[in-house]
Amino acid sequence: MRNLTKTNRSRVWCLGLCLLVTTTALGVILTLPAVAAGTEVDIDNFAFTPKELTVKAGTTIVFRNRDDIPHSVVGGKGEFHSKALDTDDTFEFTFAKAGTYGYSCGLHPQMQGKIVVTP
Amino acid sequence: MSDNKQGTGIDRRGALECMIWAGTGVIWTLSGGVPKSSQLLGIGAAQATEKAVTGFSFLQISDSHVGFNKPANPDALGTLKEAIAKVNELSVKPAFMIHTGDITHLSKPGQFDDAERVIGEAGLDVHYVPGEHDIIDENDGQAYLERHGKNTKGTGWFAFDQGGVHFIGLVNVANLKSGGMGSLGDEQLAWLAGDLKGKPASTPIVVFAHIPLWTVYPEWGWGTEDSARALALLKRFGSVTVLNGHIHQLMQKVEGNVTFHTAMSTAFPQPAPGSAASPGPMLVPAEKLRTLLGVTSVSVRRGKQHLAITDTPLAAS
Repeated sequence: MRNLTKTNRSRVWCLGLCLLVTTTALGVILTLPAVAAGTEVDIDNFAFTPKELTVKAGTTIVFRNRDDIPHSVVGGKGEFHSKALDTDDTFEFTFAKAGTYGYSCGLHPQMQGKIVVTP
Repeated sequence: MSDNKQGTGIDRRGALECMIWAGTGVIWTLSGGVPKSSQLLGIGAAQATEKAVTGFSFLQISDSHVGFNKPANPDALGTLKEAIAKVNELSVKPAFMIHTGDITHLSKPGQFDDAERVIGEAGLDVHYVPGEHDIIDENDGQAYLERHGKNTKGTGWFAFDQGGVHFIGLVNVANLKSGGMGSLGDEQLAWLAGDLKGKPASTPIVVFAHIPLWTVYPEWGWGTEDSARALALLKRFGSVTVLNGHIHQLMQKVEGNVTFHTAMSTAFPQPAPGSAASPGPMLVPAEKLRTLLGVTSVSVRRGKQHLAITDTPLAAS
């Protein structure tokens, strides 16, 4: 195996450093949607994901339909009721009061989810 | 027709009768218990035959989803046009047509307009029942009722008589309960009991609704939670045919005197129960799409207990 010259060695260091910086930067970028995901419910493959979500009172949850079929979001006690959401449509609701909110899809009632709101 | 073990309404003798009457060329095949003719020409001939024997035929189309333009079928209006063209090619005109719901994809006025214009090209009376996609306007189904709700009750149910057969159109897509499946509800079931009261048990009955009236696959909501109450009211009748849509594929089941049948969609196929992650539109190679879309023809023959149900794809497989 050929010995690394000084120049080459510093190139390797530089490359390593670059990689480290890039990875860290990517890490920051990648964590951003994760934070947003805490208040977002995806509708995909005829299911709400996450199926159960715990948030603090006053949080606004965004429901986003990613299916090719329309869905809706209907609170179990009529607390909220979206219109039919076509592909990529969203529905937002602010959960002001603590409590447990079961909900389902008005078109496909076997699709169910739950939002737990803490004080 | 006690020798009809398949319960499909067309036994070996019946099939032979058809072939004799039509002269030549009618090829009936049994595929998964569902009689199917390989060409539309075949159907036309068979219809002519049954007309000659007495009786009449009617057509079922379903799940046209006008407005749908996703990869599973970028042109749902186009395939509906093809389906209506097939209907117009029939050598004997059916008495009327039923549409078992999901006329539109999103209950939009333009989608209802397009559907009406294309389906109207068949020049037949059409009896509609809504699918869940037809009642998602902002007023929970008013748009549907304004167009197709004349002479109906509640959310759009009705009955009529033709050729000695009693037809009942039911709605099982409204006011669905969380965690449940399709639902008829107390009001509609009470109306059904009244409608059937006093009818002789020998009256052939055809019931049609969007979601299957038997439990096909509860995990996907493919069933009607209170359908057993409707079937109990129908139990005393000698011939009951139940026609549904919603699941975008052929399925048939016989239970006592009741034959259940689901039609193909004219828009896109859906996966077999449990065979995919969800019941969403099934993407198939473009050349295969039209073999999975189609229309259903039902023949009523006097003196025969069962009705003959024939499904025709838009293209031969």
